[in-house]
Amino acid sequence: MRPATVLTCAIGLAGLVWLGEARSEYADVVLNRNSEAAGVRPVIYPHWFHRIRFRCKVCHHELGFIMRAGANRITMGDIYQGKFCGMCHDNEIAWGLENCGLCHSGRAGLKSGIQGGHKTLGPGRW
Amino acid sequence: MALLLVATLALGTCASKPPVTPEIAGPANPVRDAGKIRSADGREWRRLAADGLHDPQNDMLQFLQQPAEALGALPKGGPDGNQVDWAAALRTGAIEPRTNILPGTEIRVLDLDIVFTETAGQPYVVFPHRQHTEWLDCANCHPAIFIARRGANDFGMLDVLNGDYCGQCHGAVSFPLTECRRCHSRDK
Ligand code: HEC
Ligand code: HEC
Ligand code: HEC
Ligand code: HEC
Ligand code: HEC
Ligand code: HEC
Repeated sequence: MRPATVLTCAIGLAGLVWLGEARSEYADVVLNRNSEAAGVRPVIYPHWFHRIRFRCKVCHHELGFIMRAGANRITMGDIYQGKFCGMCHDNEIAWGLENCGLCHSGRAGLKSGIQGGHKTLGPGRW
Repeated sequence: MALLLVATLALGTCASKPPVTPEIAGPANPVRDAGKIRSADGREWRRLAADGLHDPQNDMLQFLQQPAEALGALPKGGPDGNQVDWAAALRTGAIEPRTNILPGTEIRVLDLDIVFTETAGQPYVVFPHRQHTEWLDCANCHPAIFIARRGANDFGMLDVLNGDYCGQCHGAVSFPLTECRRCHSRDK
């Protein structure tokens, strides 16, 4: 068999044995670079909720969020200065920063990164 | 649905492999369905408190929206990802996400299909600029992910599966790679 055929079979059959269970919502992002170490819950950012209201280009082009989980070095200080989440969570576009527990809503011990990414169980990251 | 498509695509080239029966979601089952909310058309989403991510002890959790509440009303997509066809949601006006929040931002949209033909045994891949530029700006892809010249990007399915090229978004946020046929959409 040619390599491409082997690849197709590997991906295809992996798809068949996938047992879709226990996962958080697709594309949620955990941000826990400093949160837990500083004594607050990890942050959970939901893509599904925001993309109903904003196109990707608003955050990833206008507002300058880099499209790589972990690539934006976000601190609470910057957010209070009106950067990152603080560009919208300002009591005008969206509710303000006093609602700590809406963002800091994760369980202890979560690792930063994109969640619920559906895997083919074939080769590679996805 | 995605499983069936994978099966169809795979069996075409793997005729020597024994057939495998896909998992079929059965009727409502109180144990299996605990912690889930079901929409009228039978899609299920986990409750936030049971998703393994949110802390059930957080007294603000009650103020967050359950995914099923919002996503259950949107056009149905494949069983993976958000179970929503986001392209259809935008096209049909089911959602009207903002294009900009700063005044004066230029909104760039392009209607140009690119066909990728090095697909081995699979149907060709059609990349539609229109659906992409409704969500994204040119700069999200050019030059960050793709050189804007037909045939100038040398990549294959393994790169996509590794999270590069198309796989930077598909597999992470946009519909996942199990939905082969949405990309491999043009028969040879
Ligand atoms: C409200 C702002 C916002 C919107 C709208 C938004 N994103 Fe994101 N996106 C983020 C944030 C925040 C992160 C996490 C960044 C980090 O961890 O440093 C992220 C991360 C990502 C990543 C990285 C995932 C990975 O695997 O590393 C991708 C890809 C992405 N977004 C794609 C999209 C797409 C596609 C859309 C539109 C459908 C979109 N985003 C809409 C804020 C947004
Ligand atoms: C709009 C969302 C949002 C809200 C509301 C919010 N935070 Fe944060 N906070 C973040 C993000 C994002 C980070 C960076 C997460 C990381 O990587 O650890 C962060 C980080 C932190 C950190 C880690 C140390 C630092 O300075 O970066 C602390 C402590 C913190 N927040 C406290 C608070 C408190 C207290 C409140 C309420 C008064 C609050 N936050 C409200 C999003 C938010
Ligand atoms: C482009 C503007 C924008 C940016 C940037 C943004 N948000 Fe939001 N966010 C919103 C809006 C609008 C709402 C809905 C507010 C409302 O319902 O009043 C929201 C709601 C939320 C919610 C509540 C979801 C629910 O279930 O009700 C969370 C959590 C949240 N944002 C987290 C974040 C975090 C964390 C960041 C930064 C990583 C961020 N947001 C950046 C606009 C934004
Ligand atoms: C997000 C779009 C997308 C999805 C989803 C997708 N592919 Fe691909 N695939 C591509 C692109 C783009 C190429 C490269 C075509 C080219 O270079 O001409 C490709 C190439 C291939 C090739 C050719 C061999 C190689 O290594 O490049 C095979 C085989 C393949 N895909 C199988 C699959 C299977 C099986 C699935 C489902 C599990 C799938 N693809 C899902 C976009 C996709
Ligand atoms: C989601 C990613 C993405 C976005 C967003 C995007 N493009 Fe592209 N573009 C591509 C891909 C993929 C190709 C094909 C490259 C190849 O064949 O290797 C391409 C090719 C092109 C080409 C070459 C066409 C040819 O015939 O040679 C031009 C010009 C172009 N894009 C312009 C734009 C403009 C202008 C925008 C914004 C309005 C845009 N693109 C937005 C992914 C994107
Ligand atoms: C920068 C992010 C990004 C990249 C890179 C990207 N896409 Fe997409 N794609 C999206 C978004 C956002 C949508 C809207 C639907 C969704 O989110 O599921 C989409 C939708 C699509 C659709 C569905 C259109 C419809 O009408 O149903 C196809 C087909 C597609 N992409 C193919 C590709 C292929 C092939 C590549 C690589 C050549 C690619 N995409 C690269 C973000 C991206």
